[in-house]
Amino acid sequence: MAYTKRVDGRKQKEIRPITAQAGVIKNADGSAYFKIGNTVAYAAVYGPRELHPKFMQDPSTGILRCNYNMMPFAGMGNRVRPGQNRRAKEISMVTEKALLPVVDLKEFPNAVVDVFIELPQTDAGSRCAGICAASIALADAGIPMKDLVSAVSVGTVDGTIIVDLDYMEEAYDASVADIPIAYIPSTDELSLLQMDGEITKDTLLEALELGKQACREIIEIQKKALKEKYLVSGEENE
Amino acid sequence: MSKKNPVREHILKALEKGVRPDGRALTEYRPVEVTYGVSKTAEGSAIVKIGETEVVAGAKLSIEVPFPDTPDEGIIMVNAELLPLSSPRFEAGPPGIEAVELARVVDRGLRESKALDLKKLCIKKGEKVWSVSVDICTLNDAGNLFDAAGLAAIAALQDAVLPSYDGAEIDYENKSNERLPLSKTPIPITVLKIGDHFIVDALQEEMTSVDARLTVTTTADGTICSLQKGGDVAVTTADIGKMIDISLEQAKMLREKL
Repeated sequence: MAYTKRVDGRKQKEIRPITAQAGVIKNADGSAYFKIGNTVAYAAVYGPRELHPKFMQDPSTGILRCNYNMMPFAGMGNRVRPGQNRRAKEISMVTEKALLPVVDLKEFPNAVVDVFIELPQTDAGSRCAGICAASIALADAGIPMKDLVSAVSVGTVDGTIIVDLDYMEEAYDASVADIPIAYIPSTDELSLLQMDGEITKDTLLEALELGKQACREIIEIQKKALKEKYLVSGEENE
Repeated sequence: MSKKNPVREHILKALEKGVRPDGRALTEYRPVEVTYGVSKTAEGSAIVKIGETEVVAGAKLSIEVPFPDTPDEGIIMVNAELLPLSSPRFEAGPPGIEAVELARVVDRGLRESKALDLKKLCIKKGEKVWSVSVDICTLNDAGNLFDAAGLAAIAALQDAVLPSYDGAEIDYENKSNERLPLSKTPIPITVLKIGDHFIVDALQEEMTSVDARLTVTTTADGTICSLQKGGDVAVTTADIGKMIDISLEQAKMLREKL
């Protein structure tokens, strides 16, 4: 247990400071800005709207389509050529799976709810920030939802369980486990779970409990972002 | 989020009786077979059969400039093709999301377990390193491509022999007597949840009724090196614990096939 002091001085279970806002992209049906530490995500929701190509339409329900993208200048290293790479495709897919359990699109057959997530700056935890932003944006768009979804990474660095890994911790020169999760508090279920690194089953389960706790904290911030928008713009409602 | 469809109802009824469409028990694999050295042009190769699912993996070695942030490490890359010849549901064209996810899950299993000692693949720091490309191609998709692909990839790496290298040129025709520096055997096991039941080695017809899946990649000492949850339904941590237990048990069996 050599990793006793976190690189940025945070406590073991401490998440980075968060700023969250709803309704930041005026053209979108719903949108959000979500910043956690130095990771920034924008999410915009367009829909329900007609789905093209037509062969993808589902007459029994609307579908959710997520698109995650890091802007070319968003990574810690060199510029990344624009265009979706394999990693972005995978993250788009797991993001969709993370949000799907809480949205109810039965009222919108043949339609699509498009969620676009773009990041201008990242410092690890980007897919989780994207999911948090998307969750706020979907609610902001008035999509029928059973709950919000919150997401954060948990993990271990040199045997110590920590919450909300930043880039330095992900890349730490020791045994690391990086576990992004998405959590639905009302059902106590995870809709995203991935892991890279090395961990035992028991440590994993312990880490997941800490992750859920962090998600419960984050969800209050997400709710607050929505409340703030609708309190201020009371006369804009309708 | 249960889909009211007759296939799913039929599968659930059978699962309640402890049976699968093909008569297997819930945590029973179809027969597994690994054949090494199936492609003379690959530096290492293997075909894995799980029931009627058949997957071939080939490893090719080349010498490349290392990545700037890892000047003393070799390179490993995994690619997967879900070939149209292996199933009516695959179309010709660049890898779709299913192929991308498959490749990335197998890649992470190999990479995160540090099965391959990348430092030993360094020839000259900052200038030359061995680069290992593993390509996984499906020959017949009868379900459970993840596990078959993961097993084939590690088998291909085990089969690989380095070509001769005189410092200037690689001679692919003449092999050296060196193998890849492989110290672990990461095995992915995909556990699926249908209703309240957990199954392994799903047939393609079972896949359409699946609520959630968890692919757990572990090494022989029980360390988990990669997790990937899929499926539309969320799961509890209790579910996750059960799925990991099942995968640890099945990984032992699969590892013996190598």
